[in-house]
Amino acid sequence: MSPSFHELSAGQEIGSRTIEVTRTDLVKYAGASGDFNPIHWNEAFATGVELPGVIAHGMFTMGSAVQLVTDWAGDPAAVVDFQTRFTKPVLVTDTTGTKEPGATIEVSGTIGKLDADAGTARVDLTVVSAGQKVLMKAQAVVKLS
Amino acid sequence: MTINPDLQGRSYPAAEVYDVGREKIREFARAVKATHPAHFDVDAAKALGHTDLVAPPTFAIIIAQRADAQLIEDPDAGIDFSRVVHADQRFTHHRPIVAGDRLVAELHVDGVRAMGGGAMITTRSEIFALAADDSKEPVTTTTSSILVRGEGQ
Repeated sequence: MSPSFHELSAGQEIGSRTIEVTRTDLVKYAGASGDFNPIHWNEAFATGVELPGVIAHGMFTMGSAVQLVTDWAGDPAAVVDFQTRFTKPVLVTDTTGTKEPGATIEVSGTIGKLDADAGTARVDLTVVSAGQKVLMKAQAVVKLS
Repeated sequence: MTINPDLQGRSYPAAEVYDVGREKIREFARAVKATHPAHFDVDAAKALGHTDLVAPPTFAIIIAQRADAQLIEDPDAGIDFSRVVHADQRFTHHRPIVAGDRLVAELHVDGVRAMGGGAMITTRSEIFALAADDSKEPVTTTTSSILVRGEGQ
């Protein structure tokens, strides 16, 4: 059931979720997106370019964070605009062969602004991993009925 | 290696056509941990009024990064890909991307700004769907900034 514009107000929370990330997830994202930069799957390469280790694709974090908005909106096509800045990398440790995630990403969303003329709501996402905000100005504009 | 300041204002015309397939939408949706049925089940997508499976909001990055590759691989640009960091990204959807779309992207270099020994480069991809008569319908505008780190950055 999609939300109705008139029932929303700025500051309202739309929910939160936790995304668990493994090295396998990064390999899957590399294959699905075509971004095969080895900093996202090869430890030696990543540390060789002065990273602390393998990091998630920024686009993996952006793409998985918006699922909170998609599910809330009820239709993926309702997300008419989505932007972010990438501020901190998400370090994903190698937990291959265990049931443990290599990183967790906490996503929460609040209504930032309502535009009655356009019939849109801007959802502001807070995206945190290892205690740091990894995305800034993560804003999704949702077209509502 | 230095960034060519004359890149600003440069455009790269649409090259290859990207055919959006159902299985690619499903694969990309799984890869970003999307579970909405409109990405997986044609009937669910049609029930929402779409002609076919709907792509996730960031799917267009596949097409945009292919377009960006034209710039990054252009020897005249002077970009060392191993020193590239993704700084920001935006998608503006004029209509949703659905399975069956035939997409092309025109790349525009909107900004080149020196930063230390490196540069911040802002690009925009205008993504169009080709109709049967090859006319173009605007689908998505993506903008992205990449930081090309200079020595010691």
